[in-house]
Amino acid sequence: MSVRLYDVAHARTGDKGNLNTIALIPYDPAWYPVLCETVTPERVGEYLRERVTGPVTVHRLDRLPALLLVCARACEDTVTTSLYLDTHGKSLGSVLLGLPLEPGAAPWPERG
Amino acid sequence: MTDDDVVIGCGAGFAADRPRPAVDLVERGGLDYLVLECLGERTVSLAALRRVSGSGPGYDPMLRRRLELLLEPLRRQGTRLITNAGAADPVGAARMAHALARELGVAATVAAVHGDDVLDRIDTTAPAWEDGLPLDAHGELVSANAYVGADALMPAVRGGADIVIAGRAADPSLFLAPLAHSLGWDPGDTGAMAAGTLAGHLLECAGQVTGGFFADPGRKDVPDLARLGYPLARVAPDGTAVIAKTPGTGGRVDRMTVIEQLLYEVTDPGAYLTPDVALDMTGVSVEDLGGDRVRVSGARGAPRPEELKVSVGHRAGFRGEGEISYAGPGAVARARLAGEVVRERLGDAVGRLRVEVIGVDALAANAASDRDRGEPHECRLRVAGLAAERSAAEAVAEEVAALYTSGPSGGGGVRVDTREVIGVLSTTIARGDVETGTVVFPAEEGA
Repeated sequence: MSVRLYDVAHARTGDKGNLNTIALIPYDPAWYPVLCETVTPERVGEYLRERVTGPVTVHRLDRLPALLLVCARACEDTVTTSLYLDTHGKSLGSVLLGLPLEPGAAPWPERG
Repeated sequence: MTDDDVVIGCGAGFAADRPRPAVDLVERGGLDYLVLECLGERTVSLAALRRVSGSGPGYDPMLRRRLELLLEPLRRQGTRLITNAGAADPVGAARMAHALARELGVAATVAAVHGDDVLDRIDTTAPAWEDGLPLDAHGELVSANAYVGADALMPAVRGGADIVIAGRAADPSLFLAPLAHSLGWDPGDTGAMAAGTLAGHLLECAGQVTGGFFADPGRKDVPDLARLGYPLARVAPDGTAVIAKTPGTGGRVDRMTVIEQLLYEVTDPGAYLTPDVALDMTGVSVEDLGGDRVRVSGARGAPRPEELKVSVGHRAGFRGEGEISYAGPGAVARARLAGEVVRERLGDAVGRLRVEVIGVDALAANAASDRDRGEPHECRLRVAGLAAERSAAEAVAEEVAALYTSGPSGGGGVRVDTREVIGVLSTTIARGDVETGTVVFPAEEGA
């Protein structure tokens, strides 16, 4: 059965200038290691490539646990000067939740 | 929980936020302080333009309405107010607030915090963070506001003002200043500054920590979203905070809402920079206490940055937009053809152009048959262009409107708009180049 990020995690998008921040939080912490393996800067950049044209940084927050992605859009695609309907890019986190996980991806056993 | 704790709430998370939940929060939250965060990156630039052009107040136009609702409840509950709704004219806002209090018969000392306007002293040749080009390569600069911190607010807070109105104070600083004052925190105590900043960061977007910007039906349900309550925090002298919301309102506060807000608009969780501290949130614990209460602790801090961030507003040209809808079989193809017509006719007249196709059920929504075939039943073409000249931007709107009689078949519901764009860029300024001050309007006896 194919599993998408949407099935195992929730997200919130923030914005600063031409940057979008996307918090990815697993409903069940057992999925966190899977997110860490799957949600790489390369895959995020590829999946959101139409809008995210600059570098992607992935921060790990093991204690929560959650991932924080910082995604750069084009220089002129800022909140104030963007021509997109969603000038802030606030919908990008929801878009990312469509990312498929590896076939057969399964949560890790509860960590002790 | 002890009597030493301070209770602080947030009654607005942006300039257009609902005014009423703040009143409920004051009436039922048991607050020592209420904060209204009303200043986005571009809001202050628009306010500066209004002030310069004389088209409106330099402060937040909604501030008067908020105060009309809040002044009496604040007085009755003994709650003090701190806000950045002064925008480009905190002194003018304080004068208005003081006059309004007199009108309403509420005795209130109002203090304005000014000095964040640094347009006359920024280095206009410095590179903008966004694109690395010099600021002055982006057209006429219309505003520059430094993010000032808790230290700028402190004289007004310490002086006992009932209402403190600032301009571009950093959002978490609006919370940190009263917390530090009431809890006796030393500005050099980076742990305390970090804890107060964490609480402020969680509260600053108001409804976003109580279930706003969160709901996803069937997965993340929010009770009574239409009556979303706004947040408050009970902060202990050691910096530990319990986040909650106005009793009896809609919304939810739990681990999920708090973690989403914790990471909101953070670009480096190891060093979230404010004028007061570099907050390290990698050790933060989020503990769900149940009953819409969440305890946060474990904030660490490093000394505040040497420079202050500055938001610089500049004239970025004019944006022209036009939309038109198509329905039924072949709707998407007709919308795309319409977009090509507009694109071809505009040619190079507009510097940047974007063509989008959007829509779900604006038109004849009862015709389900096309959707059953997997083809969108309707769609809406949107064309947006940015040009240096107003006339070129208007051409975008004109070309979309002309689609009525000269475009593909069946277009309907044209809307067009042309407006000036004030862009916002970021840079920094040395702390020593920013001089803040306080103007106090004392409470009038017998008011």
